Amino acid sequence: MSAPLLEVRGLQTHYFSFGGSRIVKAVENVSFVLRKGETLGLVGESGCGKTTTCLSIVGLLPPAARVVGGEIRLNGADLTKKSPREMRRIRGRAIAMILQDPMASLNPLFSIYTQVAEPAYYHLGMRRRPLRQRVQELLRAVRIPSPAMRMRGYPHQMSGGMRQRIVGAIALAGGPKLIIADEPTTNLDVTIQAQYLDLLMDLQQETGVALIFVTHNLGIVAKMCDRMAVMYAGRIVESGAVRDLFSAPKHPYTKALLGSVAKLGSKEPLYAIPGQPPDLARPPTGCAFHPRCADAMPRCATQDPEDVQCGPEWTARCWLPQRAGRGGS
Amino acid sequence: MTAPMLEVDNVRKYFPVGTGAFWQRKTAWVKAVEGINFTIAAAETLGLIGESGCGKTTTAKLILLQERPTAGTIRFDGEDVGALKGPALMRYRRSVQVVFQDPFGSLSPRMRVANIIAEPLEIHTKLSRSAMRERVSEVLELVGMRPDVADLFPHEFSGGQRQRIAIARALATNTRLIVLDEPVSALDVSIRAQIITQLEQLQQRLGVSYLFIGHDLATVAHISHRIAVMYLGQIVESADSTELCASPLHPYTQALLIAALPAHPDAKRERLALSGEIPSALAPPSGCRFHTRCPRAMPRCTDEVPVSRQVAPGHAVACHLY
Repeated sequence: MSAPLLEVRGLQTHYFSFGGSRIVKAVENVSFVLRKGETLGLVGESGCGKTTTCLSIVGLLPPAARVVGGEIRLNGADLTKKSPREMRRIRGRAIAMILQDPMASLNPLFSIYTQVAEPAYYHLGMRRRPLRQRVQELLRAVRIPSPAMRMRGYPHQMSGGMRQRIVGAIALAGGPKLIIADEPTTNLDVTIQAQYLDLLMDLQQETGVALIFVTHNLGIVAKMCDRMAVMYAGRIVESGAVRDLFSAPKHPYTKALLGSVAKLGSKEPLYAIPGQPPDLARPPTGCAFHPRCADAMPRCATQDPEDVQCGPEWTARCWLPQRAGRGGS
Repeated sequence: MTAPMLEVDNVRKYFPVGTGAFWQRKTAWVKAVEGINFTIAAAETLGLIGESGCGKTTTAKLILLQERPTAGTIRFDGEDVGALKGPALMRYRRSVQVVFQDPFGSLSPRMRVANIIAEPLEIHTKLSRSAMRERVSEVLELVGMRPDVADLFPHEFSGGQRQRIAIARALATNTRLIVLDEPVSALDVSIRAQIITQLEQLQQRLGVSYLFIGHDLATVAHISHRIAVMYLGQIVESADSTELCASPLHPYTQALLIAALPAHPDAKRERLALSGEIPSALAPPSGCRFHTRCPRAMPRCTDEVPVSRQVAPGHAVACHLY
C-alpha cells in the first residue's frame, strides 16, 4: 500500500468567543487518510464541521477558530506547524480549493486570464508565452470553448457552469496534489452539475490528483468517491469504502441518512430522522446522536462510544457494532 | 378519472424587456411560458420539473394570480380565474395557497407564529378571536408542531420548523391546492425527508392537491402522481411519475434521468450526452427549442416546432422522434 498523501490525525478545531468563555468544538478528534489519486467524500448536514475540517487543512480558518490539537500531515510534513508564509507556498501549489459559490471566488475586476494565470505565475514561475499557453491549456482542459478569446473576458460574461469550471482551472493551475471541493455544485442546475462532475472525474484521471469532496448530497458521493467519512456534530461517526457504507451501514446515522434520500422511481416511504442537528455550543451528553437515534440504548446517553473497527479501513463510532462484534467473537 | 380541479389551457406569458440604448429603445419579449397545458385533479400531486429559467416559477405565479397570462386561460372548477371578481375571487384565493423555497424569507420576523398563521384567516373569514386561536392550534398540530409554539417568533425555529409553519399557514383556510415552489431545496437532507413525509400524510388526510415545483427528479418523482417536464417555457413531456422514470421518451427527460445522481455506487452509470447550456429565453432556438443541445436532433428539428402528442394513455411528448 502506498504511503498516504494526506494524513489527518486527531484534529481538533474550536471556535472561541466572548474572550474564550464560550467554546464551540466544531471539529473533535477527526482522523482520516487520503492516498494519491483517491477521492474522499466528507458527508454531513450543515454545521457538522465538514467545512471547518477543510479550512483547518488549508490554514484558512477565521480568526475566531483555532486548531487546538492533532496533526495534518501532507507528504509527511505537519501543516499545523507551518508559518503563514510557508502555508502560502503550499496553498495553490500542493493544495487547491474549490468553493461553493463561483461568483464569490472569482474577482469581478480581473480578467479570466489574470486569475487563471496567478497560481502558475507565483508557484511555477511561468511568464509570458509559456504562461499564456498554460492558461489556454487549462481552459481547454475544463472545456471552455475558444479559450484564446474567452480568457480576455470577465467573470460576469460567463454562465454559472462556466464560472465554476474556471474556478476548477484555477485550482489545477499550480499543479496540485490535492483539491478540496466544498459543495462545488450546489448552485448549478442538474444537467450542468452532471457535466461538471464528469469533468472532475476526467481531470482526476488525467492528473492523478486526490480529491476531498465536501457535500451533503449522498448521490454525489455514490457517483464520485472511493471512500467516505460521515460527520455528525464535529466527529466522524463512520468512515470506510463508499460501497460498504452504502450496502451495509453500521452507524444508525449513516443508515438514517441513506434512508432519507428519495430513490429514483421508488415510492417507498422515506425515513425521516426525528429532531434536528444539535447546537455544538451545548452538545448532548454521551453519543451526540442519541436523542435522534432509533437504536439508542441507556448507555448512549451517558457514555461516548469509541471508534470500532468493522473491517479493514472501516470504522464506526457507535455502541451497537461493538456489542454485535463481541457477541460474534 | 374525476374532472380536473385546475385546468391550465394553452397559457402564455411574455415579459417585456427594453434593449438598445435609451434613444433607440426597443422592446423585446422574454417568452417565459409558451403555451402550456396541464390539469390537476383533487388530492393529486403534479410535479413540475425543469432547470432554472425554464418558466416553472412563472407558471406558479400565473396560477396564484400574481401575474396575468398574456394568452390562454386558467380554469378552477370550470371557471376562468382571470374573470373572477369580488367574492368569487376571494374564494379562489382562499382555495389556492403557496409555500416558498426559503422559509427565512417567507415568514415575517416581526410577527408571532399565531399571527402569521392567522393572517389569511383574518382576511378570508369572520372567525372570532377564540375560534381563530383554535384554528391556529389545529393547523399547527396538523403539521406536527405543538400548539404552544404559537406565541414564538420565527427566528426561534430551525429551517425545517419554519417550513412547517409556512405549510400550516397555507393550510389555514381549508385550502384545496397548494403551490409548493421548491419547498425542500433550502433544507438539510434529514429535514427534507421529514417535510416530504409530512406533505404526503397531509394529502392523505385532507385530500389537498399539490403543484410541486422542483429540479431534483428523485424527490419530485417520489411525491408526485404525475410529472410535467419543462424546457424553455414549454412542457416537453408529461406522464405518470413511475412511467416517466421507467420509460422517458423525450431526449431532455432522458438527459435529466442520466444527470440524476445514483442511489448506490454500483448503480449503472451513463455519461451525459448533453452539451452546452440552456439558451436564453430572449432568443429561443427555432423549431424545437431543445435542438441545440439534443443528442438526437434531426434536420427537421431546426425549423419545425414539434406538437405534443399522446403516445400512451396519460403520456404526452413533444418531439419529432415519436
